[in-house]
Amino acid sequence: MATGAHTEHTGGKPLFPPFNKETFASQLVWFAIFFVALYVIISKLAIPRLGGIIEARRGQVEGDLAEANRLKEQSDAALAAYEKSLADARTRAQTLANETRDTLNAQADEARKKLEGQLNAKLAEAEKTIATTKTSAMSNVQGIAVDTASAIVQRLLGTAPASSAVEAAVADALKR
Amino acid sequence: MADPIHQFEITKIATLGHIGGHEIAFTNSALFMAITVVGIWALLIGGSTRRAMVPGRLQSIAELSYEFVADTLNSTAGKEGMKFFPLVFTLFMFILTANIIGLIPYTFTVTSHIIITACMALMVFFTVLFYGFYKNGLKFFNLFVPHGIPIFVLPLIVIIEVLSFLSRPLSHSVRLFANILAGHITLKVFASFITLLGGLGIFGIFGAALPLGLVVALTALELLVAFLQAYVFTILTCIYLNDAIHPGH
Repeated sequence: MATGAHTEHTGGKPLFPPFNKETFASQLVWFAIFFVALYVIISKLAIPRLGGIIEARRGQVEGDLAEANRLKEQSDAALAAYEKSLADARTRAQTLANETRDTLNAQADEARKKLEGQLNAKLAEAEKTIATTKTSAMSNVQGIAVDTASAIVQRLLGTAPASSAVEAAVADALKR
Repeated sequence: MADPIHQFEITKIATLGHIGGHEIAFTNSALFMAITVVGIWALLIGGSTRRAMVPGRLQSIAELSYEFVADTLNSTAGKEGMKFFPLVFTLFMFILTANIIGLIPYTFTVTSHIIITACMALMVFFTVLFYGFYKNGLKFFNLFVPHGIPIFVLPLIVIIEVLSFLSRPLSHSVRLFANILAGHITLKVFASFITLLGGLGIFGIFGAALPLGLVVALTALELLVAFLQAYVFTILTCIYLNDAIHPGH
């Protein structure tokens, strides 16, 4: 056993070192010095620095999360805008198609009606011509009949009948 | 057999002078206090020089200890207790580092001396006492008068509360001191069994395996105790400080 200066008490009996009062003064002085030094190091240097680092990291993480949220909202908004414009474009295309179809239908209807009118007019004219022709032909037929009847009568009787009587007789016959 | 008490011996390195008849010497205890302080400085300041957003190992340990002590204090004594954070953090780091350095063979354990633990316990005790009266005035005496106690047992309770308050520095300091002291003696005793049995020839060498295994296991246990006692000292400090801040039970 090493006999340090503090171990041997005045009586020569070894003391249990933690209870050796002779070492107390030295320990107290050095403890005071080093504890105060450590307190200063920790309170003036370590705590501000470590607290600053932790605070900065928390701020960074929160900032990054907020930024991420902002970007997410932005992309959501962009997606919504895209979908809206897509829907708008679809609606417009639909409207445009409908309008075009309606216009074309109207144009076709108009052209058809015009053509029908023209055809009807032509038809009516033709009918009129037919009727005129028919009337003139009929009057020609009457003339021919009167002439023929007069000639027949003249041949049979040898004398020409009065033209008025022949005409009346032909008209009478044509009526039957 | 090696003397298990020898490790607590205080040896002089240099005598510096005398104060009131007491010799002031630079001793192995002072040397290890210095090593403790330098070690803490290297960990907390040296480890965080880069102020990295993603911490390295040393900075992680420094931040971990900072947040551990801050959370302990905040959850025990509340936001108001945070003004004592430098004191609590200093106590925790000093005790933990001194305990762990003391576990290394051939070192000296600063916290194995009652005068050091008593000094720290009294520091906490007087901080509580002064801050308690400074902040609460005479209402600080409410600490000794719990609510909801029948009036006829109240005097007895008050006496018990006062005694328990006064005995706090004693239990606070002896708990740390005795744990470290007993742990180191146990380690030394079992370690000396190894050499004792090893000297007994071939059977002794096999027999020495048992205490060797025990010493390994005990070293792990003592590492736990080193941390646990630092934590216990710290959380008791927080609880006592909470009494000074909120004396009503």
